[in-house]
Amino acid sequence: MNDQIFSLNLGMEVTIVSRISEEEVKYVANLARLSFSDEEIKTFTTQLDDIIGFAEQLNELNTEGVEPTTHVLDMHNVMRKDQVVPSLPREEALKNAPLQEEGQVKVPLIMEAD
Amino acid sequence: MPLFEEGLVRLKQKIHNKEIKASDLVDEAFTRINEVDDKVKAFLTLNEDQAKAEARKLDEQALTSDALLAGMPIGLKDNLVTKGLKTTCASRILENYDPIYDATVVEKVRAEQAITIGKLNMDEFAMGSSTENSAYAKTRNPWDTDRVPGGSSGGSAAAVAAGEVLFALGTDTGGSIRQPSAFCGVVGMKPTYGRVSRFGVVAFASSLDQVGPITRTVEDNAYLLEAISGLDAHDSTSANVAVPNYAKALTGEIKGLRVAIPKEYLGEGIDAAVKDQIKAAIRQLEALGAECEEVSLPHSQYAVPAYYIIASSEASANLARFDGVRYGVRADTNDLIEMYKKSRSEGFGDEVKRRIMLGTFALSSGYYDAYYKKAQQARTLIKQDFEKVLENHDIIVGPTTPTPAFKVGELIDDPLTMYANDLLTIPVNLAGVPAISVPCGLADGMPVGLQMIGRPFGEETLYRAAYAYEQTASFKLAPAIKGAND
Amino acid sequence: MSNFETIIGLEVHVELKTKTKAFCGCANEFGAAPNTHTCPICLGHPGVLPILNEEAVDFAIKAALALNCDITRETKFDRKNYFYPDNPKAYQISQFDKPIGRNGSIEIEVDGVKKKIGVHRLHLEEDAGKLNHLEDGSGSLVDFNRVGTPLIEIVSEADMRSPKEAYAYLEKLKAIMQYIDVSDVKMEEGSLRCDANISIRPFGQTTFGTKTELKNLNSFTFVEKGIAYEERRQEKVLLSGGQVEQETRRYNDATKTTTLMRGKEGSDDYRYFPEPDIIKLKIDDAWIDRLQAEIPELPDSRQKRYVEEMGLTDYDAMVLTQQKTMSDYFETATAGDADPKLVANWLMGEVSAYLNSKYLTIDEVPMKPEALAKLVQLIEKGTISSKIAKKVFKDLIEKGGDPEEIVKAKGLVQISDEGALRDLMLPILEANKQSMIDYKNGKDRALGFLVGQVMKASHGKANPTMVNQIILEEIDKL
Repeated sequence: MNDQIFSLNLGMEVTIVSRISEEEVKYVANLARLSFSDEEIKTFTTQLDDIIGFAEQLNELNTEGVEPTTHVLDMHNVMRKDQVVPSLPREEALKNAPLQEEGQVKVPLIMEAD
Repeated sequence: MPLFEEGLVRLKQKIHNKEIKASDLVDEAFTRINEVDDKVKAFLTLNEDQAKAEARKLDEQALTSDALLAGMPIGLKDNLVTKGLKTTCASRILENYDPIYDATVVEKVRAEQAITIGKLNMDEFAMGSSTENSAYAKTRNPWDTDRVPGGSSGGSAAAVAAGEVLFALGTDTGGSIRQPSAFCGVVGMKPTYGRVSRFGVVAFASSLDQVGPITRTVEDNAYLLEAISGLDAHDSTSANVAVPNYAKALTGEIKGLRVAIPKEYLGEGIDAAVKDQIKAAIRQLEALGAECEEVSLPHSQYAVPAYYIIASSEASANLARFDGVRYGVRADTNDLIEMYKKSRSEGFGDEVKRRIMLGTFALSSGYYDAYYKKAQQARTLIKQDFEKVLENHDIIVGPTTPTPAFKVGELIDDPLTMYANDLLTIPVNLAGVPAISVPCGLADGMPVGLQMIGRPFGEETLYRAAYAYEQTASFKLAPAIKGAND
Repeated sequence: MSNFETIIGLEVHVELKTKTKAFCGCANEFGAAPNTHTCPICLGHPGVLPILNEEAVDFAIKAALALNCDITRETKFDRKNYFYPDNPKAYQISQFDKPIGRNGSIEIEVDGVKKKIGVHRLHLEEDAGKLNHLEDGSGSLVDFNRVGTPLIEIVSEADMRSPKEAYAYLEKLKAIMQYIDVSDVKMEEGSLRCDANISIRPFGQTTFGTKTELKNLNSFTFVEKGIAYEERRQEKVLLSGGQVEQETRRYNDATKTTTLMRGKEGSDDYRYFPEPDIIKLKIDDAWIDRLQAEIPELPDSRQKRYVEEMGLTDYDAMVLTQQKTMSDYFETATAGDADPKLVANWLMGEVSAYLNSKYLTIDEVPMKPEALAKLVQLIEKGTISSKIAKKVFKDLIEKGGDPEEIVKAKGLVQISDEGALRDLMLPILEANKQSMIDYKNGKDRALGFLVGQVMKASHGKANPTMVNQIILEEIDKL
């Protein structure tokens, strides 16, 4: 069953060319603020490579001159009036904060380079 | 006979005739939950005290209430934000989150006096097709507890199928209402994008997500959709389109309905037993006077890859707010970057991380045009496929899923095959059109879903067709799950 | 004389003074207690959605029009992704490839030379929260009040060639924002912020050198000083055979130097993509026309009018139009018959001196423009002398009121009646006969002494022209 679905979707021969390196996976992980063990990096590299390879069948499509769809509905200019709505009481606003001090959310000291 | 089997219209009538009270319905829900939920594991959080109190209040006024859902027990997928009631999205990262506002759909069902029974299990952040990606529990299919209920709204579909609630709300980004509805033998509607407000729906992929009803019958579904639909000032993408009285469309009459059957939806890779049931259903529609014609949706095969790029990209941004700063779980460290990385790595499950990684990659410097933009262009072509077919046809019909429910653990280590399970539902989200899944018999003892796809804001037509089919279908579905008293 | 030419581009952020934030209804207000202007939307709680504030878009379009930009008729918002504790959603809603305005310009004047500085783009985005670092180093605190405040980012072309030009650009930009009334433009409150890109190249070279980005420029003076320092620093690097690194540096006013913040490797990958939660904007002619009609006469046009129609010098006209409040004051004061040049002299002289000494702006003093106009007219008509006028002015600017009434109440009206003057003067002249004789014998200075004696005796009220005339008549009689 699985193989059937797989082949239906790929619709083409899978050629194994590495599309993403471990270095790139580490770079992306840092951008996404995720950390992985070396083992996980290996697994993710393989899995992402598969998925990206799968996505590359989109390259078969001739999309020249095709407008990308961001919104399916053809609407525009949805805005609100500049009218004040009451804000939350501070206790409510901060009630989920893991750490707070002086009515503010506390985080580890921020270095400029962060 | 359990009360829920009678459906909303008769239950409301019975309340009106003083035959039952709202409390009876709420009691039935909790009784049933006590009996079966340790096997089904549909619920993450129960709202028992509050629900019972609300029911007692309603008992006194239900007779005079003309609210659409007065006294009806509802379950809510755990990505719908409920003030004061835990909302976790089945993720560790939100295990301690105490919501400070209500989703618009939650306000709407409350305004129509439905009673919230609890929050339902799902794949973490709605990412998955089996509800195995929940950080808390694996929901089981009430028809066969060795099988998955589908996902990501697996808890919602299973709870309805197991008779734990009258109905439930789910969300559908790539099939997450329709696929579990098909797997569990219930009715699931993914409305037109913009039909239902997304405010308070924890976003997975903003341009694809929609809330929709999961019910036992088409009629119940129509009422629940009416209750949650409409323009919302809190959601710029909600449409300013009048909400019809959907139940009025339930005439049983579909003579002359032009039905398109895409050849891609009955091609290779679709389980033979599923195909048989779908073909039988099509014959049934023809017998009712529908005019069926084979058509092509030529870009169908590109839907899954386009979807995974688009949905993951949007998700990578939508899930970035879970950073341990203002709410949620925060790892204990004195270093800011370390705090982000540890909180997120410990808080998210593997599938969520995989999609965040894919999305971050697709949007990263140098890859945007090749992946994200290309996928958005493919989306345009897929949308145009639907527009073309729906110019000359009222609805499109095919299976909801290529197979019936698979076994727990069967696909969990094979992301690509798992993704492929959504190939028949994903194009609908990309095009933004509405689609309903209705039960159409069994394959290997498991329910099969018939998917009907309509024009934008053509939910009435879908209900009309689904109702006509449901009323004449010659089978009666009842899941195998038994409680102590069954 | 340096052998290098400095190339400067400025990125300016201007907070818009809408009543509410860009994407939620929380009040947009500076200085409130921490975290009292927040809601689930600006705190980035799960499930929330942004709703665009119409006024913020209006203000951004107005600003773009006032900076002579082409308006992008179909525009959209994008997500700019980065993690930071003051950025709750971990993305900022901004505009990437379709900014509201493009290809604008600002005219500046430095040392009498006029120059056009290009405005590359202007876009609308949201502000971040505020971080406060704890003294004991135990952490940082986040105040989310400012999150979601609408901002416009205005990116100049790299058209400036000196710190002075950068200063003039900022002054003019600030003035324009004030005129169109879309921002408080107060650098000290952060409603106007500026980053500078600086590179140098040998004169004659057409390609640009490597640029550095300068941050922490918290006043116009810092901008000027920071750029000037950076200009010298880069020159030293190049002259010593080194290479300028592409990096971000911060200006430190205590040491008047710039120091490295981060190198190029730290530059971010923001992963912009279209914001799916906000519907595109179509800006049609009617919308633009409505906003264009709301834009008042801008400083350049006023300056021109002051010179051409009112006879002011270029310099005076420029200074008077730098602050909208000052220019408005001038307009009101000259709406009647008061001589614009005299009014300008007062504003540039006495009034400015007073304001500077008290750190006030013209709208903060009780003296109404109509009152200044009257004061000027009293002098013109000879009702009071300029010396008396200064006394009246002191009262006027401190306490307000009507100059005519002050003059009357204090008995400061100039004595211009010849009979009265003679009665006053003759005893004085009699007592100083020797001086009259001295003048007659060619000692010119003696006349001034005599006038001075009369003015002193009249407590400054005697009409000096007439006093002069009478003295000369009396000398002739000798």
